[in-house]
Amino acid sequence: MTATLPAGPETVPTGPARGRAGTRAGALGRRARALYSFLGPSGTIAAAVLAAMLILAVGAGLFAPYDPNQASLLDAYQGPSMAHLLGTDAIGRDVLSRLIYGSRTSLLGPALVIACSTAVGVPLALIGAWYGGLVDAGAARILDLVYALPGLLLAVITAAMFGPGLTPAVVALSIAYVPFLSRVVRAAARQQRVSPYVDALTVQGFGPWRIGARHILRNIAPMVLGQSAVAFGYALLDLAGLSYLGLAVQAPTADWGVMVSDQDSMLRGHLLPVLVPGLLVVVCVMALTVLGARIAGERPERHPLWNRRGKRAGAE
Amino acid sequence: MTPRYVLLRLGGLVTTLLLSSMLIFSSLYLAPGSPENVIFGNRTPSPAARAAVRHQLHLDRPLPVRYWDWLTGVLHGDFGRSMVTDQSVSSRVGSGLGTTLSLVAVAAVLIAVLGLALGIAAALKPGFVDAAVNLFTSVSVAIPPFVAASILVSIFSIKLGWFPATGLPDGFWGHLRGLVMPAFSLALISCGYLARVTRNALREQLAKEHVQTAVGRGLPRRVVIRRHALRGALPPIITVIGLQIAGLFAATLIVETAFGIPGIGRLTVQSVSQKDFPVVQAVALLLVAAFVVANTVTDLLQAAVDPRLRTAGRTA
Repeated sequence: MTATLPAGPETVPTGPARGRAGTRAGALGRRARALYSFLGPSGTIAAAVLAAMLILAVGAGLFAPYDPNQASLLDAYQGPSMAHLLGTDAIGRDVLSRLIYGSRTSLLGPALVIACSTAVGVPLALIGAWYGGLVDAGAARILDLVYALPGLLLAVITAAMFGPGLTPAVVALSIAYVPFLSRVVRAAARQQRVSPYVDALTVQGFGPWRIGARHILRNIAPMVLGQSAVAFGYALLDLAGLSYLGLAVQAPTADWGVMVSDQDSMLRGHLLPVLVPGLLVVVCVMALTVLGARIAGERPERHPLWNRRGKRAGAE
Repeated sequence: MTPRYVLLRLGGLVTTLLLSSMLIFSSLYLAPGSPENVIFGNRTPSPAARAAVRHQLHLDRPLPVRYWDWLTGVLHGDFGRSMVTDQSVSSRVGSGLGTTLSLVAVAAVLIAVLGLALGIAAALKPGFVDAAVNLFTSVSVAIPPFVAASILVSIFSIKLGWFPATGLPDGFWGHLRGLVMPAFSLALISCGYLARVTRNALREQLAKEHVQTAVGRGLPRRVVIRRHALRGALPPIITVIGLQIAGLFAATLIVETAFGIPGIGRLTVQSVSQKDFPVVQAVALLLVAAFVVANTVTDLLQAAVDPRLRTAGRTA
């Protein structure tokens, strides 16, 4: 399959990919070094933070010391102690356990939003960029209209229609984020569309779907990924805000946005249960923004991570 | 800024408003469950009573007719009556509109002053100042309004007692005192963003040949920066200020709820949880209108400032 590939831009031999093919461990180390040089120090820290959050969210049952919803009124409003590292909230629930379990809803929501809007927005952008004309103009008009409605407002209207809940909020934000992704992707895909390698592939009889999916999309993949990461951060902010308003994740469920909305604890001077989840939201968004900018901004045309076939092509 | 361009933009504005008004109006009536159920609450009405209420709310007429009635009413300032309190919607909305506008105005001033000052300082003083501003912008763009609100309340209301945690005190100065913290939490994200864009745009201009020429001609540094560098950096700065201010209207939902400010943002959230459709429609339409108008004004200002857009329009 790969042997007959035409000499597209991704088949040019690369500089940094020249390491000796050694042991398995050596290959792994090379891969790690390549990843580090791709992400840079700040990007690596951001990726590590996000990986840690992901591990906590997946293994919440293993890491959380208590049940997140186990209330005990005798233990209400406790400060940090060995038994409760971050103290307890108004009805004696362990704050640390709620934070760990809360990462599930807080991260799953925006992940779904970005998965949906990428799945809709990127093909839409590619089709528009390929065919141009009426298809493109029509799609652009509709997207402009969606872009004119703030995502938060769309989600609030949806909550008015279907009642508050995570699902309506995710659906509304997915729609609102389609233009955010597809506008940028369309612009990049249009640039690729007129480049010589696309003409070369067309002349060789490859269809638009294959060229779009295997060549254009692959060349703009870093940009798509970076934009998705940034959008993930924004969606996290929006969803946490909606949960804060009581319109997305509902109160007894542990969620960062819900936890910040606990005004009673705060007015009693008990700040940890409110400020720590807020801090986690900020840290996550910062990490996503840094990582997204790093992935998209670098746009490494010839980077080993985006060029798995480079070495073989050079040997041919 | 040809008249043609202005007309085109205004046409786009009206189209967007019409389409979003259709969307807002129909969405709430296409929601599952009949709107009149809000009035009956938990009771199960007799068919005759239900029919009477449906007639009173004009629900027995087809959707396009209702939309037309509603739209003509809206254009005359009549938004119907609240289904929960039976007050006229315009009086409920009108009492909060001033508060929201003053909140957005204070936040807009904060954004423009702080964002520009920080951005210019960072661009002109590389090294420590630049690094400090960079740190501030990277953190502040990740702090959502509701987290900023809880941080500000915990410091300035609970620890120091300088500002009220919720509500608006009476009188002009009381209003201003009550709006300081909400405006800050509203402005924080945009401030960081504007500072970053200002810095980058100004840096880019400072490196350009026309600025070098101005310096070489022996013009005072002040004049070079103000008349040559800043002038050229204006287009992206105006875009960002405009977009950010437009975005503030959606964020008032969260900030007004957090601080208990009686504006239309809080009214929206309350009406959504009460399923008070006529009020939701009115405020949603107002917020979208504010957002779209702010966007259009930005585009027009852009064309007024950037001579390239002007000449392009003339030759076309």
